[in-house]
Amino acid sequence: MDNMRERFAATTSRLLDEDPRLAVVLAEITRDGFADAARAHPDRVVNVGIREQLLIGAGAGMALTGMRPVVHTFASFLVERPFEQVKLDLGHQGLGAVLVSAGGSYDWPAGGFTHMSPGDVALLDTLDGWTVHVPGHPDEAEALLRHAVRGDDRVYVRLSLQANQRPQPVTGGGFRTVREGHGGVVIAVGPMLDAVLAATEGMDVTVLYATTVRPFDGAALRRATDAPGRADVVLVEPYLAGTSTAATNDALADRPHRVLGLGVGRQELRRYGQIEEHVAAHGLDAASLHRSIGGFLAGSLTPQG
Amino acid sequence: MNTDLNRLMALMTGDEKHGPAATSTLDALWVLYDRVLRVTPQTVSAPGRDRFLLSKGHGPMAYYAVLAAKGYFPEELLAGFGSYDSPLGHHPDRLRVPGAEIGSGSLGHGLPLGVGTVLGLRAQQLTEPRVWVLIGDAELDEGSVHEAIAYAGPAGLDQLHTLVIDNASASYGSPGGIAARFEAGGWSVRTVDGRDHEQLYAAFTAPHPGRPHAVVARVEPKNA
Repeated sequence: MDNMRERFAATTSRLLDEDPRLAVVLAEITRDGFADAARAHPDRVVNVGIREQLLIGAGAGMALTGMRPVVHTFASFLVERPFEQVKLDLGHQGLGAVLVSAGGSYDWPAGGFTHMSPGDVALLDTLDGWTVHVPGHPDEAEALLRHAVRGDDRVYVRLSLQANQRPQPVTGGGFRTVREGHGGVVIAVGPMLDAVLAATEGMDVTVLYATTVRPFDGAALRRATDAPGRADVVLVEPYLAGTSTAATNDALADRPHRVLGLGVGRQELRRYGQIEEHVAAHGLDAASLHRSIGGFLAGSLTPQG
Repeated sequence: MNTDLNRLMALMTGDEKHGPAATSTLDALWVLYDRVLRVTPQTVSAPGRDRFLLSKGHGPMAYYAVLAAKGYFPEELLAGFGSYDSPLGHHPDRLRVPGAEIGSGSLGHGLPLGVGTVLGLRAQQLTEPRVWVLIGDAELDEGSVHEAIAYAGPAGLDQLHTLVIDNASASYGSPGGIAARFEAGGWSVRTVDGRDHEQLYAAFTAPHPGRPHAVVARVEPKNA
């Protein structure tokens, strides 16, 4: 099985053959994955070198001429480093693009914090009008990417080496119910689904699966919590903990509710190692999630200071 | 031209005499819009038009005056400059100013957008339209400008043009001069008197096959 980034390069290369409006803008990262496409479409596969401000500006400039740019590098360098370009060259100019990141929150733990980007989705949350896709499987990444390139809007596709065993059907829209229960709602985002399903085995909870987190599917959440009494919601996100807590609160503003936002901790670990070790360190492995979710639903979870 | 442009500028500022900062771009802009750019109010959306991107978005009165003089919007709009209901802010917004290709204000965005515009045109086989980006000499401080200069030369983006208004406003200047920055990036460069219309026109229209072209227009120092 290929990973999401490999699928992205293969899928986008095919899409370049089909859609003359499409262009890919790179800053060296994944250049090899697009080598064939660059030979076939030299004007529509552009590598600007190690220049991330130019990466976003050039993509936006292509959009000014009516092209549909797919702009790609690691998340740290795509969203965080040129953030003002993302805000102004796309948002303020009223332009669209498909930003596709690789690297997730800690796909290369041995590379250290410089290549980690747990805050990317939270950062984009400060901007208006972004659709954010967080696929949990290469098949989902392909489907969401194909959906994204068709439009003219601003889309962020967050690719990761973390993935679930099996793909879910995705539409590029709202949350999907994968398990039904009555004791609370757990929202599993992208690659977190397998761990959430394992963690909640035997619990009387509804599990919603989100591969599109912005716009936040508040209607699906309201339906899932549409029972008398209090709504208990747990978010399990593969990026900064609490990123979608505000969106959850907004969706449930008119009813009593509690929200627990699980995800990557804000504190820098300063550890290398393997993905699994980081998952565990942030409490996102199935056993840790089982304790956190169970404790929260039982009302015995101690908030972390 | 200056009498009418000064009158239009006065509609925004209430002042017939403007400081060098407000008018540093005026002559170069006028020559561009009057004699060089192949774009009119009727062709602002035509794929084959020339593009002018005002990257140095502060002090846009000269830009607004030229656009009004050329009929992109009625001069009555100028009086509302900067007010809540006016489309004309102290930094331009492309979604509100007729004829403005980009919104600007934050320095260092125009040249990368210009690079992308050329790439987008080229990808659609539109090799005739020329793209002009106006920046200030202090705007060269921004790393994003250097990224664009360093890429556009080797990439051979000969549809790209940069107009640098040099009013010596950068605190540290450019060692070796502004032209040297572009030459090092593989650009064609001309340095001219930014108040001399014939010099400007000759520099704007100088051939530069295979290379992007920069025109450095020197005007009175900002703090002189």
